[in-house]
Amino acid sequence: MSDITMIHAPQKRVPFAQEAAGALTILALGAVGYFLYPDDLAFLTRLIGIAFLVLSLDLVTGYCGVATLGHAAQFGVGAYAAGIACIRGVTDPVALLGVGLVAGTIMGLISGALITRFRGLPQLVLSIAVGQLVAGLANKLSWLTGGSDGLSGIEPGKVFGVFGFDMYSRTGYLFSLAVLVITFVVLQRFVRSPFGLMCRGIKDDDLRAKMIGVSIYPRLVAMYGVAGAVAGIGGALTAISTGVVGLDSVSFERSAEVLVMLVLGGAGHLWGALAGTVIFMIFEHVVAAANPFHWMTMVGLLLILIVVFAPRGLIAPVMSLWTKMTRKGKAA
Amino acid sequence: MRTVFSIMTDAVAYGMVLFIISIGLSIMMGLMRVVNLAHGAFAMIGGYLASYALRDLGVHYSVAILLAVIGTIIASIPFELLLYRRIYRKADPLMQVLMTIGITFFIIGIVNFIFGPSLKPIPLPPTLSGPLDIGFRMLPTHRVFVIICGITVALALWLLIEKTNFGIRLRASVDHSGMADALGIRTEIIYAATFALAIGLGAFGGVVGAEILPIEPYYALRYMVTFLVVVSVGGAGSILGALSASLLLGLADTTGKYLAPEFGDFFFYLSVIVIVFLFPHGLFGKAHA
Repeated sequence: MSDITMIHAPQKRVPFAQEAAGALTILALGAVGYFLYPDDLAFLTRLIGIAFLVLSLDLVTGYCGVATLGHAAQFGVGAYAAGIACIRGVTDPVALLGVGLVAGTIMGLISGALITRFRGLPQLVLSIAVGQLVAGLANKLSWLTGGSDGLSGIEPGKVFGVFGFDMYSRTGYLFSLAVLVITFVVLQRFVRSPFGLMCRGIKDDDLRAKMIGVSIYPRLVAMYGVAGAVAGIGGALTAISTGVVGLDSVSFERSAEVLVMLVLGGAGHLWGALAGTVIFMIFEHVVAAANPFHWMTMVGLLLILIVVFAPRGLIAPVMSLWTKMTRKGKAA
Repeated sequence: MRTVFSIMTDAVAYGMVLFIISIGLSIMMGLMRVVNLAHGAFAMIGGYLASYALRDLGVHYSVAILLAVIGTIIASIPFELLLYRRIYRKADPLMQVLMTIGITFFIIGIVNFIFGPSLKPIPLPPTLSGPLDIGFRMLPTHRVFVIICGITVALALWLLIEKTNFGIRLRASVDHSGMADALGIRTEIIYAATFALAIGLGAFGGVVGAEILPIEPYYALRYMVTFLVVVSVGGAGSILGALSASLLLGLADTTGKYLAPEFGDFFFYLSVIVIVFLFPHGLFGKAHA
C-alpha cells in the first residue's frame, strides 16, 4: 500500500496540475466520442450517468472498504427525485441536478447509517436489503414513481436558458460531460484531503485507526453521504437526458453490475472507476445485443478471471508503470 | 380461520424449502467463511437436471432426485478444485462476492445454452399431486411432502454433526481450522466433503421445492439474495438458526403476500433489516473474530 500513499501525499509542484490533467484527459476522450460516434451519443450519455454511480461506489468500496450490493438505491433515488421534480414544474436542468444531489445525499446518509454499522456478512446483507427495500417502494408507490411502467414525460428546459435538449442528445451529452469533469476534479481533491486519506486508513486497518483515536462510524456515514451526492447527480443526469426513469435504475442487477465495473477497472482509484465503466459498457453494448445468455457467460468468466489473476483491477499495472516512469524521470 | 390455516401451511412449506436449500450454504459459510452467492445456481442445476431426467429420460421422481443431486455434485467438483479452494477463509468478502457472482453468471449462461431459456417444469408423481386428507382438513400432498423432507434433513444433519466422527472433525475445523490441522485432521478433505454435502442439499432443495420456487432461467439470480438473507438472519453454521430463520422469513413473506400483495417483498426486507440490525451475527450465530 505504500506506493499508493506516496502518490497521494501532498506534493509541492505546480498547483492544480493533476486536476487540470484529469479534466483535459476526460474532455479529450469526450471529444473523441462526440466526433467519432455522433450516432451513439444517447448511449454515451447513459455511460456517463453510470460512471457517476461507479465513482460513487468507488468512494465507499474502494476508499472505505465497504462491501455493498445495494448501491443503485442512491442513484435511483436521485433519478426519481429529479424526474418527479421535473414533472411537478421544476424544469431548469441545473436546479434538477441540485434536487438529485440533495436526494442522493439524504439516501446516502440513511443507508450509510444502516450499512456501515457492521462489517462482513451483516454489512453485505443490510446493503442488499436496503437496496431491495428502495426497489420495492419504487415499484409500489406507483402514484409517485409510475411503478413498473416507469416515470416518463420528463421534459427539462434549456440549460442556462440557451441550449435545449435535442433528439440526438448532443446537449445531453455535452452537459453530462461538463458535469462529469467538474465532479471528477472535485473528487480528485476530495480523496486526497485529510478526510479522504483517513477513510483510506480506516479501510486498510480499522482497528489501528480506532487505536489512534479516530471515530470510524461518523466518518463512514459522512463518506456515504458524499457518495450518495455523486450517485444522485448521476441519477438526475440520466433522468434529464433520457427523459424516463425505470425500475432498472434501482435494481439489484444494476448494483451488481456497477460493482463488476468498479473491480474490472480497479477499486481505490478514480481513474479505475472510469476505465471500468467505459470498458464494461462498450463491451456490453456490443455483445449483449447479440445474446443475453452469452453475455452472462462472458461476464461471469471475466469476473472469475479478474478475481484470480488481477484482483486489483486493470488499472493497477498501468498505475505501477506510470509510477515507474515518473520516478525514472525524476532520477534523470 | 381458513385463511390462517392455509397461510400457515404455505408459510411452513415455503420455509422448509428455504431451509433445505439454505442449510447447505449456512454450513459452508460457518466452516469455510465463504459468502457463496452461487449457491442458488447449484440448486438451479439440480432443478434443470431433474426436469431433464423426468421429461426426456422418463425415470421415476425419486430416481430423478437422486440423479439431480449426484449430477450437481459432479458438476460442482471443478468449481471447488479450481475456484472455491482459493477463497476459503479469506478475509476479504468483496473478492468472495465477486467470484461467486461471476460463477453464478457463468452457470446461468452455460445452463441456458445447454437446456434452452425456458421455464422447466418438474412434473410430480401421482402419489404427490392432489390433496391429502389429514382428518379435519384437506392439504396439498406436495406441501406435506416438502415439510417432511425439511424435518428429515434437519434431523439427519443434527445427527451427522453432533453424533458422528465426521461431525466432530467438522466442528473442530469450524472452531479453529489451524489447530484442527495441527492435530492431524485433514481439513482440506473436510472442506471438500462439506462442499459436496452443501451442494447436494442445495440441489435436493431445488428439485423438491420446484413447485414453490419454480425453476426458470434466472432462478439463481432471483433467489440469490433470499438464501443469503436466511443464512445471515439465522447465523452462519447453525441448523437451529437456519430452521428458525427460514420459518420466520417464510411466514413474513407469505403473510405479507396474502394480506398486502401490493407491497410484495417490502415486509420481507423490512424484517430482514430489523433483525440483522439487532442481531448482526444472526439469531443463533456466534461472532467470529
